[in-house]
Amino acid sequence: MKMTRRLILAGVAMVLAAGAASAQQVIRMGTEGAYPPFNYINDAGELAGFEIDLGNELCERAGLTCEWVINDWDTIIPNLVSGNYDTIMAGMSITEARAEVIAFTRNYKFSDPSGYMALAGTDASVIETGVIAAQSNTVQAGLVADGSATLIEFPTPDETISAVRNGEADAVLADSEFLTPFVDESDGELVFIGGEVTPGQGIGMGLRQSDTELRTTFDEAIAGMREDGSLNALLKQWFGEEVPTF
Amino acid sequence: MFSFCVDPSILPQWQWFACYLTSGTHLAFYWAFLVVLALILLAAPAALLFGFGGALAARSRVPPVRWLGVGYISMVRGIPDIIFFLFVPIAMDQGIEYLVHHVRCPDWTEPIRQGTDFIVCPQAKVPLNDAARWVHDAYAFVLAVVAFAIVFGAFAANTLYGAMSAVPRAQIETGEAYGMTPRQTFRRILLPQMWIYALPGLSNLWMILIKATPLLFLLGIRDVVFWARELGGAKTAQFYAYPHPDWRVWYFLALLVVYLLVTWASEKVFERIMTRLNTGQATAGGERLRRTKAAA
Repeated sequence: MKMTRRLILAGVAMVLAAGAASAQQVIRMGTEGAYPPFNYINDAGELAGFEIDLGNELCERAGLTCEWVINDWDTIIPNLVSGNYDTIMAGMSITEARAEVIAFTRNYKFSDPSGYMALAGTDASVIETGVIAAQSNTVQAGLVADGSATLIEFPTPDETISAVRNGEADAVLADSEFLTPFVDESDGELVFIGGEVTPGQGIGMGLRQSDTELRTTFDEAIAGMREDGSLNALLKQWFGEEVPTF
Repeated sequence: MFSFCVDPSILPQWQWFACYLTSGTHLAFYWAFLVVLALILLAAPAALLFGFGGALAARSRVPPVRWLGVGYISMVRGIPDIIFFLFVPIAMDQGIEYLVHHVRCPDWTEPIRQGTDFIVCPQAKVPLNDAARWVHDAYAFVLAVVAFAIVFGAFAANTLYGAMSAVPRAQIETGEAYGMTPRQTFRRILLPQMWIYALPGLSNLWMILIKATPLLFLLGIRDVVFWARELGGAKTAQFYAYPHPDWRVWYFLALLVVYLLVTWASEKVFERIMTRLNTGQATAGGERLRRTKAAA
Protein backbone atom coordinates (compact mmCIF):
# COMPACT_ATOMS: atom_id res chain seq x y z
CA MET A 1 0.00 0.00 0.00
CA LYS A 2 2.74 2.38 1.01
CA MET A 3 4.71 1.37 -2.05
CA THR A 4 1.86 2.22 -4.42
CA ARG A 5 1.33 5.58 -2.72
CA ARG A 6 4.98 6.39 -3.13
CA LEU A 7 4.85 5.37 -6.80
CA ILE A 8 1.85 7.59 -7.43
CA LEU A 9 3.59 10.51 -5.72
CA ALA A 10 6.71 9.94 -7.78
CA GLY A 11 4.58 9.86 -10.94
CA VAL A 12 2.85 13.13 -10.09
CA ALA A 13 6.18 14.74 -9.29
CA MET A 14 7.58 13.56 -12.62
CA VAL A 15 4.66 15.02 -14.60
CA LEU A 16 5.01 18.38 -12.83
CA ALA A 17 8.78 18.47 -13.28
CA ALA A 18 8.45 17.65 -16.96
CA GLY A 19 6.04 20.56 -17.36
CA ALA A 20 8.46 23.01 -15.80
CA ALA A 21 11.33 21.88 -18.00
CA SER A 22 9.41 22.23 -21.26
CA ALA A 23 11.19 24.82 -23.33
CA GLN A 24 11.36 23.90 -26.99
CA GLN A 25 8.23 22.97 -28.88
CA VAL A 26 8.20 19.65 -30.66
CA ILE A 27 5.91 19.22 -33.63
CA ARG A 28 4.42 15.74 -33.79
CA MET A 29 3.78 14.56 -37.33
CA GLY A 30 1.18 11.89 -37.94
CA THR A 31 1.47 9.40 -40.79
CA GLU A 32 0.08 6.00 -41.74
CA GLY A 33 3.28 4.05 -42.36
CA ALA A 34 1.62 1.66 -44.80
CA TYR A 35 1.63 3.38 -48.16
CA PRO A 36 4.90 3.13 -50.09
CA PRO A 37 6.46 5.15 -51.62
CA PHE A 38 4.75 7.96 -49.66
CA ASN A 39 5.33 6.52 -46.21
CA TYR A 40 6.06 3.01 -45.02
CA ILE A 41 7.88 1.01 -42.38
CA ASN A 42 11.05 -0.40 -43.90
CA ASP A 43 12.64 -3.73 -43.01
CA ALA A 44 14.63 -2.14 -40.22
CA GLY A 45 11.33 -1.14 -38.59
CA GLU A 46 11.85 2.56 -39.29
CA LEU A 47 9.63 4.99 -41.14
CA ALA A 48 10.78 5.74 -44.67
CA GLY A 49 9.38 7.23 -47.85
CA PHE A 50 8.90 10.45 -49.79
CA GLU A 51 6.88 12.18 -47.09
CA ILE A 52 9.30 11.21 -44.33
CA ASP A 53 12.22 12.75 -46.27
CA LEU A 54 10.14 15.78 -47.20
CA GLY A 55 8.77 16.28 -43.69
CA ASN A 56 12.20 16.11 -42.11
CA GLU A 57 13.55 18.64 -44.64
CA LEU A 58 10.59 21.00 -44.08
CA CYS A 59 11.09 20.88 -40.32
CA GLU A 60 14.78 21.61 -40.70
CA ARG A 61 14.09 24.61 -42.92
CA ALA A 62 11.46 25.93 -40.53
CA GLY A 63 13.79 25.38 -37.57
CA LEU A 64 11.38 23.00 -35.87
CA THR A 65 12.03 19.79 -33.99
CA CYS A 66 9.75 17.13 -35.38
CA GLU A 67 8.84 13.65 -34.35
CA TRP A 68 6.86 11.09 -36.35
CA VAL A 69 3.82 9.28 -35.04
CA ILE A 70 2.18 6.31 -36.74
CA ASN A 71 -1.61 6.25 -36.64
CA ASP A 72 -4.28 4.13 -38.24
CA TRP A 73 -5.67 5.75 -41.41
CA ASP A 74 -9.31 5.58 -40.32
CA THR A 75 -8.71 7.59 -37.13
CA ILE A 76 -5.97 9.84 -38.52
CA ILE A 77 -8.17 13.00 -38.72
CA PRO A 78 -9.98 12.59 -35.32
CA ASN A 79 -6.62 12.18 -33.57
CA LEU A 80 -5.29 15.32 -35.26
CA VAL A 81 -8.19 17.53 -34.14
CA SER A 82 -8.04 16.00 -30.66
CA GLY A 83 -4.41 17.15 -30.43
CA ASN A 84 -2.55 13.83 -30.31
CA TYR A 85 -0.28 15.13 -33.07
CA ASP A 86 -0.03 18.37 -35.01
CA THR A 87 0.22 17.51 -38.71
CA ILE A 88 -0.76 14.77 -41.13
CA MET A 89 1.53 13.75 -43.97
CA ALA A 90 0.04 10.54 -45.27
CA GLY A 91 -0.49 10.90 -49.01
CA MET A 92 -3.69 12.73 -48.19
CA SER A 93 -5.44 14.38 -51.13
CA ILE A 94 -6.83 17.84 -50.55
CA THR A 95 -10.60 17.55 -50.93
CA GLU A 96 -13.47 19.85 -50.06
CA ALA A 97 -14.99 17.35 -47.64
CA ARG A 98 -11.74 17.11 -45.66
CA ALA A 99 -11.13 20.86 -45.82
CA GLU A 100 -14.33 21.35 -43.81
CA VAL A 101 -12.73 19.59 -40.83
CA ILE A 102 -9.01 20.32 -41.14
CA ALA A 103 -6.80 22.85 -42.90
CA PHE A 104 -4.30 22.02 -45.64
CA THR A 105 -1.02 23.58 -46.66
CA ARG A 106 -0.42 24.20 -50.36
CA ASN A 107 0.15 20.92 -52.16
CA TYR A 108 3.63 19.37 -52.18
CA LYS A 109 2.71 16.92 -54.91
CA PHE A 110 0.29 17.11 -57.81
CA SER A 111 -2.69 14.82 -57.72
CA ASP A 112 -1.72 11.37 -58.62
CA PRO A 113 -3.39 9.89 -61.55
CA SER A 114 -5.33 6.91 -60.22
CA GLY A 115 -5.58 3.68 -62.17
CA TYR A 116 -7.75 0.60 -62.20
CA MET A 117 -5.77 -2.61 -61.70
CA ALA A 118 -7.34 -5.99 -62.42
CA LEU A 119 -6.40 -9.58 -63.22
CA ALA A 120 -5.26 -10.02 -66.81
CA GLY A 121 -8.20 -10.61 -69.16
CA THR A 122 -10.68 -8.52 -67.18
CA ASP A 123 -12.90 -6.42 -69.45
CA ALA A 124 -12.69 -2.65 -68.97
CA SER A 125 -16.49 -2.50 -68.61
CA VAL A 126 -16.18 -3.56 -64.94
CA ILE A 127 -15.24 0.06 -64.22
CA GLU A 128 -18.87 0.98 -64.92
CA THR A 129 -20.70 -2.18 -63.88
CA GLY A 130 -18.41 -4.34 -61.73
CA VAL A 131 -17.21 -4.46 -58.14
CA ILE A 132 -14.38 -2.01 -57.41
CA ALA A 133 -12.16 -2.18 -54.33
CA ALA A 134 -10.75 0.96 -52.70
CA GLN A 135 -9.27 1.94 -49.36
CA SER A 136 -11.91 3.47 -47.10
CA ASN A 137 -11.98 7.26 -46.60
CA THR A 138 -9.93 7.93 -49.74
CA VAL A 139 -10.70 10.09 -52.76
CA GLN A 140 -10.81 6.89 -54.82
CA ALA A 141 -13.51 5.42 -52.58
CA GLY A 142 -15.48 8.65 -53.00
CA LEU A 143 -15.06 8.49 -56.77
CA VAL A 144 -16.33 4.91 -57.00
CA ALA A 145 -19.22 5.63 -54.64
CA ASP A 146 -20.34 8.51 -56.88
CA GLY A 147 -20.16 6.31 -59.99
CA SER A 148 -22.25 3.37 -61.13
CA ALA A 149 -19.95 0.52 -60.03
CA THR A 150 -20.30 -1.28 -56.69
CA LEU A 151 -17.77 -0.15 -54.10
CA ILE A 152 -16.17 -2.40 -51.50
CA GLU A 153 -13.93 -0.67 -49.01
CA PHE A 154 -10.94 -2.00 -47.07
CA PRO A 155 -9.08 -0.39 -44.18
CA THR A 156 -5.60 -0.92 -45.68
CA PRO A 157 -4.21 -0.66 -49.23
CA ASP A 158 -2.85 -4.24 -48.99
CA GLU A 159 -6.30 -5.68 -48.61
CA THR A 160 -7.57 -3.97 -51.77
CA ILE A 161 -4.88 -5.77 -53.78
CA SER A 162 -5.74 -9.10 -52.15
CA ALA A 163 -9.42 -8.57 -52.97
CA VAL A 164 -8.53 -8.36 -56.66
CA ARG A 165 -6.24 -11.38 -56.52
CA ASN A 166 -8.83 -13.60 -54.85
CA GLY A 167 -11.68 -12.42 -57.07
CA GLU A 168 -13.64 -10.60 -54.40
CA ALA A 169 -13.39 -7.43 -56.46
CA ASP A 170 -13.14 -7.04 -60.25
CA ALA A 171 -10.61 -4.24 -59.99
CA VAL A 172 -8.97 -1.91 -57.51
CA LEU A 173 -8.87 1.89 -57.88
CA ALA A 174 -5.81 3.43 -56.25
CA ASP A 175 -2.93 5.79 -57.00
CA SER A 176 -1.13 4.55 -60.09
CA GLU A 177 2.19 5.11 -58.30
CA PHE A 178 1.18 2.63 -55.64
CA LEU A 179 -0.15 0.04 -58.11
CA THR A 180 2.69 0.14 -60.65
CA PRO A 181 5.13 -2.08 -58.67
CA PHE A 182 2.42 -4.71 -58.24
CA VAL A 183 1.78 -4.77 -62.00
CA ASP A 184 5.50 -4.84 -62.79
CA GLU A 185 6.27 -7.70 -60.43
CA SER A 186 3.24 -9.88 -61.14
CA ASP A 187 4.60 -11.47 -64.37
CA GLY A 188 1.56 -10.35 -66.35
CA GLU A 189 -0.98 -11.60 -63.86
CA LEU A 190 -2.10 -8.06 -62.97
CA VAL A 191 -2.71 -5.32 -65.52
CA PHE A 192 -4.05 -1.77 -65.68
CA ILE A 193 -7.45 -1.51 -67.37
CA GLY A 194 -9.25 1.56 -68.69
CA GLY A 195 -7.67 4.99 -68.56
CA GLU A 196 -6.39 7.02 -65.67
CA VAL A 197 -8.49 9.40 -63.60
CA THR A 198 -7.29 12.29 -61.47
CA PRO A 199 -9.30 12.95 -58.32
CA GLY A 200 -8.41 15.53 -55.67
CA GLN A 201 -6.54 18.83 -55.76
CA GLY A 202 -3.07 17.57 -55.03
CA ILE A 203 -1.51 16.18 -51.89
CA GLY A 204 -0.82 18.45 -48.96
CA MET A 205 -0.11 18.50 -45.26
CA GLY A 206 -3.16 18.48 -42.99
CA LEU A 207 -3.29 20.65 -39.84
CA ARG A 208 -5.84 21.76 -37.29
CA GLN A 209 -7.85 24.73 -38.58
CA SER A 210 -6.89 26.77 -35.54
CA ASP A 211 -3.15 26.22 -36.13
CA THR A 212 -2.80 29.08 -38.61
CA GLU A 213 0.71 29.99 -37.52
CA LEU A 214 2.10 26.51 -38.05
CA ARG A 215 0.33 26.36 -41.39
CA THR A 216 2.00 29.57 -42.56
CA THR A 217 5.38 28.21 -41.44
CA PHE A 218 5.00 25.00 -43.43
CA ASP A 219 3.47 26.84 -46.42
CA GLU A 220 6.59 29.01 -46.58
CA ALA A 221 8.90 26.01 -46.25
CA ILE A 222 7.07 24.19 -49.04
CA ALA A 223 7.20 27.30 -51.23
CA GLY A 224 10.94 27.49 -50.59
CA MET A 225 11.47 23.88 -51.58
CA ARG A 226 9.36 24.34 -54.70
CA GLU A 227 11.43 27.33 -55.79
CA ASP A 228 14.93 25.96 -55.30
CA GLY A 229 14.08 22.66 -56.99
CA SER A 230 14.77 20.46 -54.00
CA LEU A 231 11.13 19.34 -53.92
CA ASN A 232 11.36 18.27 -57.56
CA ALA A 233 14.53 16.33 -56.81
CA LEU A 234 12.79 14.49 -53.96
CA LEU A 235 9.78 13.75 -56.16
CA LYS A 236 11.99 12.28 -58.86
CA GLN A 237 13.96 10.25 -56.35
CA TRP A 238 10.84 8.54 -55.00
CA PHE A 239 8.46 8.48 -57.96
CA GLY A 240 10.75 8.26 -61.00
CA GLU A 241 11.54 10.67 -63.79
CA GLU A 242 8.02 10.94 -65.23
CA VAL A 243 6.41 12.38 -62.12
CA PRO A 244 4.76 15.79 -62.69
CA THR A 245 7.04 18.42 -61.12
CA PHE A 246 6.56 22.01 -59.97
CA MET B 1 21.03 -9.41 -37.36
CA PHE B 2 23.46 -11.89 -38.97
CA SER B 3 26.58 -10.88 -40.86
CA PHE B 4 25.41 -12.50 -44.08
CA CYS B 5 22.26 -10.39 -44.25
CA VAL B 6 23.81 -7.53 -46.24
CA ASP B 7 22.25 -8.45 -49.58
CA PRO B 8 19.27 -10.74 -48.98
CA SER B 9 18.43 -11.14 -52.67
CA ILE B 10 21.34 -13.54 -53.30
CA LEU B 11 20.97 -15.71 -50.19
CA PRO B 12 19.99 -19.38 -50.18
CA GLN B 13 16.58 -20.05 -48.77
CA TRP B 14 17.34 -20.91 -45.13
CA GLN B 15 19.64 -17.93 -44.72
CA TRP B 16 17.06 -15.67 -46.37
CA PHE B 17 14.50 -16.78 -43.82
CA ALA B 18 16.96 -16.41 -40.95
CA CYS B 19 17.51 -12.79 -42.01
CA TYR B 20 13.86 -12.16 -42.82
CA LEU B 21 12.59 -13.42 -39.47
CA THR B 22 15.10 -11.28 -37.56
CA SER B 23 14.52 -8.03 -39.49
CA GLY B 24 13.71 -4.89 -37.51
CA THR B 25 9.98 -5.18 -38.21
CA HIS B 26 9.95 -8.79 -37.05
CA LEU B 27 11.67 -7.87 -33.81
CA ALA B 28 8.93 -5.28 -33.31
CA PHE B 29 6.41 -8.05 -34.01
CA TYR B 30 7.93 -10.25 -31.27
CA TRP B 31 8.02 -7.28 -28.89
CA ALA B 32 4.29 -6.80 -29.54
CA PHE B 33 3.63 -10.24 -28.03
CA LEU B 34 5.20 -9.07 -24.77
CA VAL B 35 3.15 -5.86 -24.86
CA VAL B 36 -0.07 -7.83 -25.32
CA LEU B 37 0.91 -10.21 -22.51
CA ALA B 38 1.71 -7.30 -20.21
CA LEU B 39 -1.64 -5.73 -21.02
CA ILE B 40 -3.52 -8.92 -20.12
CA LEU B 41 -1.59 -9.40 -16.89
CA LEU B 42 -2.15 -5.78 -15.81
CA ALA B 43 -5.72 -5.40 -17.05
CA ALA B 44 -7.00 -8.58 -15.37
CA PRO B 45 -6.26 -7.58 -11.74
CA ALA B 46 -7.33 -4.00 -12.47
CA ALA B 47 -10.62 -5.25 -13.91
CA LEU B 48 -11.11 -7.47 -10.86
CA LEU B 49 -10.61 -4.43 -8.66
CA PHE B 50 -13.19 -2.42 -10.64
CA GLY B 51 -15.47 -5.44 -10.52
CA PHE B 52 -15.14 -5.81 -6.77
CA GLY B 53 -15.85 -2.13 -6.24
CA GLY B 54 -18.80 -2.27 -8.62
CA ALA B 55 -20.27 -5.34 -6.92
CA LEU B 56 -19.90 -3.82 -3.46
CA ALA B 57 -21.48 -0.58 -4.62
CA ALA B 58 -24.37 -2.45 -6.24
CA ARG B 59 -25.01 -4.27 -2.93
CA SER B 60 -24.79 -1.14 -0.80
CA ARG B 61 -27.70 -0.11 1.43
CA VAL B 62 -27.07 3.56 0.66
CA PRO B 63 -29.21 4.35 -2.42
CA PRO B 64 -26.85 6.79 -4.25
CA VAL B 65 -23.94 4.35 -3.94
CA ARG B 66 -26.16 1.51 -5.13
CA TRP B 67 -27.35 3.55 -8.12
CA LEU B 68 -23.75 4.31 -9.00
CA GLY B 69 -22.82 0.61 -8.92
CA VAL B 70 -25.89 -0.56 -10.83
CA GLY B 71 -25.49 2.29 -13.31
CA TYR B 72 -21.85 1.43 -13.98
CA ILE B 73 -22.61 -2.26 -14.47
CA SER B 74 -25.58 -1.85 -16.78
CA MET B 75 -24.16 1.04 -18.78
CA VAL B 76 -20.84 -0.53 -19.63
CA ARG B 77 -22.38 -3.93 -20.28
CA GLY B 78 -24.95 -2.38 -22.57
CA ILE B 79 -22.61 -0.38 -24.79
CA PRO B 80 -20.63 -2.11 -27.56
CA ASP B 81 -16.98 -2.61 -26.57
CA ILE B 82 -15.62 -1.01 -29.69
CA ILE B 83 -17.47 2.25 -28.98
CA PHE B 84 -16.18 2.21 -25.44
CA PHE B 85 -12.60 1.62 -26.55
CA LEU B 86 -12.82 4.53 -28.95
CA PHE B 87 -14.54 6.77 -26.42
CA VAL B 88 -12.81 6.08 -23.07
CA PRO B 89 -9.17 6.84 -24.00
CA ILE B 90 -9.98 10.00 -26.00
CA ALA B 91 -12.36 11.22 -23.28
CA MET B 92 -9.87 10.42 -20.50
CA ASP B 93 -7.03 12.05 -22.42
CA GLN B 94 -9.04 15.22 -23.06
CA GLY B 95 -10.34 15.22 -19.48
CA ILE B 96 -6.81 15.02 -18.04
CA GLU B 97 -5.52 17.70 -20.40
CA TYR B 98 -8.51 19.91 -19.55
CA LEU B 99 -7.70 19.72 -15.83
CA VAL B 100 -3.96 20.24 -16.31
CA HIS B 101 -4.73 23.18 -18.57
CA HIS B 102 -6.68 24.93 -15.82
CA VAL B 103 -3.89 24.34 -13.30
CA ARG B 104 -0.94 25.35 -15.48
CA CYS B 105 -2.39 28.00 -17.76
CA PRO B 106 -4.91 30.04 -15.75
CA ASP B 107 -4.24 33.09 -17.95
CA TRP B 108 -4.98 31.34 -21.25
CA THR B 109 -7.78 33.26 -22.97
CA GLU B 110 -8.46 31.27 -26.13
CA PRO B 111 -11.31 28.74 -25.97
CA ILE B 112 -10.35 25.08 -25.61
CA ARG B 113 -12.94 23.96 -28.14
CA GLN B 114 -12.63 25.71 -31.51
CA GLY B 115 -14.99 24.01 -33.89
CA THR B 116 -13.88 20.39 -33.91
CA ASP B 117 -10.42 21.25 -32.56
CA PHE B 118 -9.47 20.52 -28.97
CA ILE B 119 -6.74 22.94 -27.96
CA VAL B 120 -5.02 23.27 -24.60
CA CYS B 121 -1.88 25.27 -23.89
CA PRO B 122 1.39 23.52 -24.80
CA GLN B 123 2.29 23.03 -21.12
CA ALA B 124 -0.93 21.11 -20.54
CA LYS B 125 -0.33 18.43 -23.13
CA VAL B 126 -0.18 14.98 -21.57
CA PRO B 127 2.41 13.77 -22.29
CA LEU B 128 4.20 16.92 -23.39
CA ASN B 129 4.99 17.21 -27.09
CA ASP B 130 8.71 17.00 -26.40
CA ALA B 131 8.44 13.96 -24.15
CA ALA B 132 10.44 10.93 -25.23
CA ARG B 133 8.75 8.43 -27.48
CA TRP B 134 8.59 5.77 -24.76
CA VAL B 135 6.65 8.21 -22.54
CA HIS B 136 4.01 8.59 -25.26
CA ASP B 137 3.91 4.83 -25.72
CA ALA B 138 3.65 4.19 -21.99
CA TYR B 139 0.88 6.76 -21.66
CA ALA B 140 -1.11 5.14 -24.48
CA PHE B 141 -0.55 1.77 -22.82
CA VAL B 142 -1.82 2.98 -19.45
CA LEU B 143 -4.93 4.47 -21.08
CA ALA B 144 -5.48 1.11 -22.76
CA VAL B 145 -5.16 -0.77 -19.47
CA VAL B 146 -7.66 1.56 -17.83
CA ALA B 147 -10.10 1.25 -20.76
CA PHE B 148 -9.90 -2.55 -20.59
CA ALA B 149 -10.27 -2.47 -16.80
CA ILE B 150 -13.41 -0.32 -16.96
CA VAL B 151 -15.08 -2.48 -19.59
CA PHE B 152 -14.15 -5.87 -18.15
CA GLY B 153 -14.66 -4.59 -14.60
CA ALA B 154 -18.37 -4.14 -15.32
CA PHE B 155 -18.70 -7.77 -16.39
CA ALA B 156 -16.64 -8.91 -13.42
CA ALA B 157 -18.84 -6.82 -11.12
CA ASN B 158 -21.94 -8.63 -12.32
CA THR B 159 -20.24 -12.02 -11.84
CA LEU B 160 -19.05 -11.14 -8.33
CA TYR B 161 -22.45 -9.68 -7.44
CA GLY B 162 -24.06 -12.99 -8.39
CA ALA B 163 -21.40 -14.96 -6.51
CA MET B 164 -21.95 -12.94 -3.34
CA SER B 165 -25.66 -13.67 -3.48
CA ALA B 166 -25.00 -17.38 -4.12
CA VAL B 167 -23.24 -18.07 -0.80
CA PRO B 168 -25.85 -19.97 1.28
CA ARG B 169 -27.64 -17.72 3.76
CA ALA B 170 -27.26 -20.43 6.43
CA GLN B 171 -23.49 -19.93 6.42
CA ILE B 172 -23.83 -16.23 7.21
CA GLU B 173 -26.55 -16.91 9.75
CA THR B 174 -24.18 -19.23 11.60
CA GLY B 175 -21.62 -16.46 11.73
CA GLU B 176 -24.23 -14.07 13.08
CA ALA B 177 -25.15 -16.65 15.76
CA TYR B 178 -21.54 -16.47 16.91
CA GLY B 179 -21.96 -12.75 17.40
CA MET B 180 -20.08 -11.51 14.32
CA THR B 181 -20.90 -8.07 12.94
CA PRO B 182 -22.02 -7.76 9.28
CA ARG B 183 -18.52 -6.58 8.42
CA GLN B 184 -17.01 -9.67 10.05
CA THR B 185 -19.40 -12.12 8.38
CA PHE B 186 -18.61 -10.46 5.06
CA ARG B 187 -14.87 -10.76 5.50
CA ARG B 188 -14.69 -14.14 7.22
CA ILE B 189 -17.53 -16.09 5.59
CA LEU B 190 -18.89 -14.48 2.43
CA LEU B 191 -15.62 -13.35 0.88
CA PRO B 192 -13.72 -16.68 1.14
CA GLN B 193 -16.70 -18.69 -0.08
CA MET B 194 -17.88 -16.57 -2.98
CA TRP B 195 -14.92 -17.32 -5.27
CA ILE B 196 -16.11 -20.82 -6.01
CA TYR B 197 -19.30 -19.34 -7.48
CA ALA B 198 -17.46 -16.55 -9.27
CA LEU B 199 -14.73 -18.62 -10.86
CA PRO B 200 -16.55 -19.99 -13.93
CA GLY B 201 -17.71 -16.50 -14.85
CA LEU B 202 -14.30 -14.98 -14.18
CA SER B 203 -12.51 -17.60 -16.26
CA ASN B 204 -14.88 -16.78 -19.13
CA LEU B 205 -13.96 -13.12 -18.77
CA TRP B 206 -10.26 -13.93 -18.77
CA MET B 207 -10.62 -15.83 -22.04
CA ILE B 208 -12.60 -12.98 -23.61
CA LEU B 209 -10.00 -10.50 -22.38
CA ILE B 210 -7.23 -12.48 -24.08
CA LYS B 211 -9.16 -12.51 -27.31
CA ALA B 212 -10.05 -8.82 -27.10
CA THR B 213 -6.43 -7.64 -27.23
CA PRO B 214 -6.49 -6.95 -31.01
CA LEU B 215 -8.69 -3.96 -30.11
CA LEU B 216 -5.43 -2.40 -28.89
CA PHE B 217 -4.71 -1.05 -32.34
CA LEU B 218 -7.75 1.18 -32.06
CA LEU B 219 -5.92 2.84 -29.18
CA GLY B 220 -2.81 3.49 -31.26
CA ILE B 221 -0.76 0.60 -29.92
CA ARG B 222 0.81 -1.59 -32.56
CA ASP B 223 -0.28 -5.02 -31.40
CA VAL B 224 0.39 -8.49 -32.80
CA VAL B 225 -2.54 -8.43 -35.22
CA PHE B 226 -1.42 -5.10 -36.68
CA TRP B 227 2.07 -6.48 -37.27
CA ALA B 228 0.76 -9.76 -38.69
CA ARG B 229 -1.27 -7.79 -41.21
CA GLU B 230 1.55 -5.37 -41.94
CA LEU B 231 4.28 -8.02 -42.30
CA GLY B 232 2.10 -10.53 -44.10
CA GLY B 233 0.92 -8.12 -46.80
CA ALA B 234 2.55 -8.44 -50.21
CA LYS B 235 5.89 -6.61 -50.36
CA THR B 236 7.40 -5.28 -53.59
CA ALA B 237 11.12 -5.42 -54.27
CA GLN B 238 11.27 -1.68 -54.98
CA PHE B 239 11.03 -0.63 -51.34
CA TYR B 240 11.65 -3.74 -49.27
CA ALA B 241 14.75 -5.89 -48.91
CA TYR B 242 12.62 -9.00 -48.44
CA PRO B 243 9.95 -8.99 -51.14
CA HIS B 244 7.29 -11.67 -50.87
CA PRO B 245 3.70 -12.29 -52.01
CA ASP B 246 0.72 -12.13 -49.67
CA TRP B 247 1.72 -14.25 -46.66
CA ARG B 248 -0.94 -13.07 -44.25
CA VAL B 249 -2.45 -16.55 -43.95
CA TRP B 250 0.82 -17.86 -42.43
CA TYR B 251 1.11 -14.97 -40.00
CA PHE B 252 -2.48 -15.34 -38.87
CA LEU B 253 -1.98 -19.10 -38.55
CA ALA B 254 0.94 -18.43 -36.20
CA LEU B 255 -1.23 -16.03 -34.21
CA LEU B 256 -3.95 -18.65 -34.01
CA VAL B 257 -1.52 -21.18 -32.56
CA VAL B 258 -0.18 -18.67 -30.01
CA TYR B 259 -3.64 -17.61 -28.88
CA LEU B 260 -4.74 -21.25 -28.60
CA LEU B 261 -1.67 -22.07 -26.51
CA VAL B 262 -2.31 -19.18 -24.14
CA THR B 263 -5.99 -20.02 -23.67
CA TRP B 264 -5.18 -23.73 -23.27
CA ALA B 265 -2.63 -22.96 -20.55
CA SER B 266 -5.06 -20.67 -18.75
CA GLU B 267 -7.71 -23.37 -18.84
CA LYS B 268 -5.32 -25.75 -17.06
CA VAL B 269 -4.61 -23.15 -14.40
CA PHE B 270 -8.30 -22.47 -13.85
CA GLU B 271 -8.95 -26.21 -13.46
CA ARG B 272 -6.40 -26.35 -10.66
CA ILE B 273 -7.81 -23.31 -8.90
CA MET B 274 -11.29 -24.82 -9.17
CA THR B 275 -10.15 -28.06 -7.50
CA ARG B 276 -8.52 -26.10 -4.73
CA LEU B 277 -11.52 -23.91 -4.08
CA ASN B 278 -13.92 -26.85 -4.14
CA THR B 279 -12.04 -28.74 -1.45
CA GLY B 280 -14.07 -28.92 1.74
CA GLN B 281 -17.00 -26.93 0.30
CA ALA B 282 -20.61 -27.92 0.79
CA THR B 283 -21.16 -27.84 -2.97
CA ALA B 284 -21.71 -30.65 -5.47
CA GLY B 285 -18.13 -30.16 -6.70
CA GLY B 286 -16.77 -30.33 -3.14
CA GLU B 287 -18.79 -33.46 -2.44
CA ARG B 288 -17.43 -35.17 -5.57
CA LEU B 289 -13.88 -34.34 -4.47
CA ARG B 290 -14.54 -35.75 -1.02
CA ARG B 291 -15.84 -39.03 -2.45
CA THR B 292 -12.93 -39.56 -4.85
CA LYS B 293 -10.56 -38.93 -1.98
CA ALA B 294 -12.43 -41.33 0.31
CA ALA B 295 -12.46 -44.02 -2.39
CA ALA B 296 -8.75 -43.72 -3.04
